[in-house]
Amino acid sequence: MTAFATTPDISIGAYRVWQRNRDVLLQLWKSEFVAQLVEPVFVILALGLGLGQFVKLGSGQEYVAFLGPGLLAMFPMFACVFECAWGSYVKLEMQGTYRAVIATPVSVDDVITGEILWGTTRSLINATYILIVATALTPWLHMVESPLAILVVPVAVIPGLLFSAISICFASVARAMSQFSYFFNLIVNPMFWFGGAFFPFDELPRWAQIAGWFIPLTHAVNLYRGFINGHLHASMFADLAFLLVATAFFYWLALYGMRKRLIA
Amino acid sequence: MNDLVIEAESLVKRYGAFPAVDGISFTVRENECFGVLGPNGAGKSTTIKMVACSSPVSAGSLRVAGLDVRTHAREVKRRLGLVPQEDNLDEDLPVRKNLEVYARYYGLSARVAGPRIDEVLELFQLTEKAGAKIDDLSGGMKRRLVIARALVHEPSILVLDEPTTGLDPQARHLVWQKLRLLKTRGVTMLLTTHYMDEAAHLCDRLVIMHRGKVLCEGNPHALIAEHAGERVLELRLSPEELVSLLSEVRNIPGVAVEEVEDIVYVFGAGPTAERIALAVGNPSRAFLRPGNLEDVFLRLTGRGLLD
Repeated sequence: MTAFATTPDISIGAYRVWQRNRDVLLQLWKSEFVAQLVEPVFVILALGLGLGQFVKLGSGQEYVAFLGPGLLAMFPMFACVFECAWGSYVKLEMQGTYRAVIATPVSVDDVITGEILWGTTRSLINATYILIVATALTPWLHMVESPLAILVVPVAVIPGLLFSAISICFASVARAMSQFSYFFNLIVNPMFWFGGAFFPFDELPRWAQIAGWFIPLTHAVNLYRGFINGHLHASMFADLAFLLVATAFFYWLALYGMRKRLIA
Repeated sequence: MNDLVIEAESLVKRYGAFPAVDGISFTVRENECFGVLGPNGAGKSTTIKMVACSSPVSAGSLRVAGLDVRTHAREVKRRLGLVPQEDNLDEDLPVRKNLEVYARYYGLSARVAGPRIDEVLELFQLTEKAGAKIDDLSGGMKRRLVIARALVHEPSILVLDEPTTGLDPQARHLVWQKLRLLKTRGVTMLLTTHYMDEAAHLCDRLVIMHRGKVLCEGNPHALIAEHAGERVLELRLSPEELVSLLSEVRNIPGVAVEEVEDIVYVFGAGPTAERIALAVGNPSRAFLRPGNLEDVFLRLTGRGLLD
């Protein structure tokens, strides 16, 4: 198998890798999981209600309601980054887990696919949780306006795969843990601030709108906004297409990078 | 299929232009313990990586259990148990769970794996540590667990890359004892080591590697007899004393002298060696001892002081 091979060498092994991660989570759920549940609630309270009092949107929508789709895209993205950038690097270089697994009939492609599926799973759990919180608060905060909001859950698979794959790509070229601050500060953080989660793009200058279009998170936010507000729009097909193409590209790059790293 | 578990023929591994393994050939037979010896950088681990399908073969052929490693990586890996140089246990999972998850990678159901896991934990004296965290194990226990992990799927060959490097003498002897026990049970083993005594202890046959090539192959005792002789004289003497002693042994047929740092080794000097040792009368300056594999390596890589 060469690093450039185009067909992924995938088997049931990818699921075994996913199962390994699930087993670890079930062992550590108290420390890993519960703490993560409170953060979205804090953000809704602090930004939505606190800051929201001073924000008047052109559309007349309340700021906390505007923020909902952004939170649905953002926190799951962080879950992917946590699992597949840091988590992956630890298993690659510090614990030697990947090398132990590829000594079994599980291939490198299985390992990476399993990891990406796991990052996606974590992001789906996260998205579902935030959707439930937003729905529960809707009588007071009007965050969810349409039953189409349920579509967020299946559609969130795509950005889940994408952000997990991007994270693995970075882990496959990282040479030290400290390099992750570049990934976080130059890639993840700009997506977080400029990905259309905190302010509407349509009131920004043209160049900023074009720049924003190239941020993957923007397209996830656009899709979720359409579902939550119940305003479906043809441009959502473009958002979906962008995410699908980017996912295919970064998945291929993640496999390529890790084959190069693990098979020498 | 014949009884050759591993067949390597003119095997080459190049990193760029550098040949880490430079055309080696060897075979490992069923039920034997086969050693690959040599100093760091000799190409031992690279050889193991090719056998374990984690490093592509550059040239030559390599078959494991009759299967070509280039085309049947998954099947080869299914038949191998790999004990890598570093303890890469899954630190996020406790001891028994490590083995359960590992067995699953091989496609073993929990029902099949359960009794085997109990058995290997027992065999490696880890039963009472089944629920322990990996972090809480000693170095020797981690090593035993890595070996136990490699046996859960009942491989046809166990491949060990420097199994005792970094262990204290007691832990090393326990690992050796376990490996000898596995041998009596008919487990075929391929092991690398840079400890010559480890190889002499465990291996039925071995190759000594140096700079990517095989220097010699055979049974350890036969190799010692052939290249080092029964007894070796070790000298730590002043240059003047050496000159006179070397002139004394120079004309003995078959004698060889090697120098490593401040020690001079005299091979094949027969009764003369004995006389010298007695005459010096101080074992820390002139010491007559049995030959070993280190001497074989020294003889085959040394320059030879007398020529």
